[in-house]
Amino acid sequence: MTTRIDTRFAELKKQGRSAFVTYVMAGDPDPATSLEIVKALSKSGADVIELGIPFTDPMADGPSIQAAGLRALKVGMTLKKTLDLVRDFRKHDNFTPLVLMGYYNPIYIYGVDKFLTDAKTSGVDGLIIVDLPPEEDDELCIPALKAGLNFIRLATPTTDDKRLPAVLANTSGFVYYVSIAGITGAAAADANVVGEAVARIKRHTRLPICVGFGIRTPEAARAIAEKADGSVVGTALVDALRNSLDGEGRATAKTVNAVAELTAALAQGVKGAKQAAE
Amino acid sequence: MNIAKPNSYRSGPDERGHFGIFGGRFVAETLMPLILDLEKAYTAAKADPAFQAEMNGYLKNYVGRPSPLYFAERLTEHLGGAKIYLKREELNHTGSHKVNNVLGQIMLARRMGKKRIIAETGAGQHGVATATLCARFGLECVVYMGAVDVERQQPNVIRMEMLGATVVPVQSGTRTLKDAMNEALRDWVTNVHNTFYCIGTVAGPHPYPTLVRDFQSIIGNETRTQMQEIEGRLPDSLVACIGGGSNAMGLFHPFLDDSSVEIFGVEAAGHGLTQLHAASIAGGRPGVLHGNRTYLLMDADGQIQDAHSISAGLDYPGIGPEHSWLHEIGRVNYLSATDDEALAAFQLLSKLEGIIPALEPAHAIAKVMELAPKRPKDHLMVVNLSGRGDKDVPQVGDILKGKTK
Repeated sequence: MTTRIDTRFAELKKQGRSAFVTYVMAGDPDPATSLEIVKALSKSGADVIELGIPFTDPMADGPSIQAAGLRALKVGMTLKKTLDLVRDFRKHDNFTPLVLMGYYNPIYIYGVDKFLTDAKTSGVDGLIIVDLPPEEDDELCIPALKAGLNFIRLATPTTDDKRLPAVLANTSGFVYYVSIAGITGAAAADANVVGEAVARIKRHTRLPICVGFGIRTPEAARAIAEKADGSVVGTALVDALRNSLDGEGRATAKTVNAVAELTAALAQGVKGAKQAAE
Repeated sequence: MNIAKPNSYRSGPDERGHFGIFGGRFVAETLMPLILDLEKAYTAAKADPAFQAEMNGYLKNYVGRPSPLYFAERLTEHLGGAKIYLKREELNHTGSHKVNNVLGQIMLARRMGKKRIIAETGAGQHGVATATLCARFGLECVVYMGAVDVERQQPNVIRMEMLGATVVPVQSGTRTLKDAMNEALRDWVTNVHNTFYCIGTVAGPHPYPTLVRDFQSIIGNETRTQMQEIEGRLPDSLVACIGGGSNAMGLFHPFLDDSSVEIFGVEAAGHGLTQLHAASIAGGRPGVLHGNRTYLLMDADGQIQDAHSISAGLDYPGIGPEHSWLHEIGRVNYLSATDDEALAAFQLLSKLEGIIPALEPAHAIAKVMELAPKRPKDHLMVVNLSGRGDKDVPQVGDILKGKTK
């Protein structure tokens, strides 16, 4: 089975460049603007889109992404509406891979089987569920793989060589390397240190490796893209969105553009990078 | 519910940390290696007689154990039924049962070579116990506490600071215990290399629910021995309050296989079960939060809801996973008491026995007031008096003044 994610990384490999992966929160600051933002991401150069599922208690995220989730929940965003958003996006774009990223509880409450069916038919390609380590693979990872969705696992600086095979066992699509031990939006890791980590993981897998956490600027995105198969930017985009809102946290005429412009600049950075020598 | 009864209620969890469908390890990958290390370190410590001996020494001479099992004669006379005994955990050093578990975890942290300890706290009792033992063993201590709780539990905030801990008021979310736990987990993810997370209750990812239970089981073990000495037999019933549920699990666990012993856990019903409350079993359903699957208060979309209780220590939208299992399997009866019922019990115990309880065990006393009169006079009922009320005196004083105006 080949997913949109596999196809996209195969294309990028042919072009000899790294992927630019973006993250925004579904429904932030409202469902209609959020759809326009997701559409703008792919038009502005995002190769893969991660869409956050809002959750009240995002334990591994920093204040920016937590606030984004709470903004979305305040205007009534739900997991069902997140899937609706993906379905609407697919009417405009049938090629850009889209990955849902979030925490397990909303999916567990929705019902795993129903969720996987609905996610697949909505046009979701993969899942990143932060609080499901390989020890809990039976919950969602294995059913997701059976349903034809990629399950993208996080590897971190604390994942040593002994543990890596377990982490990679049921991972597909790509590996998301979290460059620092910390929460989203924290300080950036040194590109050389990241390069060593990527090389270490490459000894265990042929999957593409995308690196995230702490990347905020086109220069940083480029430096990482030179060492890995992709750079992931989330908090910087969420901050750009937040800075465009009015005093009550509502979208303004600037909101979609604010995210699109930063995306374009970051994409330029990534596309200027030379792919790391294999 | 058609669930097969196990041969023993005490053998859980399984090797992956599950009590039936509850428990487990739902955490970010960054934390998994440390959690696996902790499990290894705990297994080794449990089997090490030197660890047990050192701990027993501190329990006796530093904590002040065993805590007395006191016959509450006037409360018994007043209620006119069961003979009521109070397990006096409030007499421990630092004023609650929390110190039993913290001592165990701090000794584990030292074995693991960790120099920095973080903790979350609601009412502040777990924070005070952690700050105390960090002071005793010269460890850095950071305590996360919801900003709302920092305001309503000032005496404990001052105590923690006097003991050298840094208290971080948490401004995110509902600014109570659940948010303090989120913030502690964020700190841990960030400082995983040198930091030990001292969890205050029988919740969180495996092995925390187990190790906290084991450290607290001294409460039930002592109760067994003491009741044999005083009455020559086992108690007929046990009552304890439940937030996360560590004092309750500590009292209950050694008695789970004694079918003659009735067991009651009391959740906080706040303003009432149809309004704002913190009763996860009565008003929640199974979900996944803070590293484990358990009963949680949440909306139809799986978003965690605000809990409310007059007692900051019970103000948590979840409960330990072993309690969720004991509820589903029917071994423990889970009841609930409202803010007003807890306040009435707080006053009754103060006036009849000269013991000012914390608002947390006042919830247990509130249900004793209902249960005891319906039992015969030879019925032996043990209530876990998990903490003393010093920390609540200003808050209850304000409420009572407000009421008399």
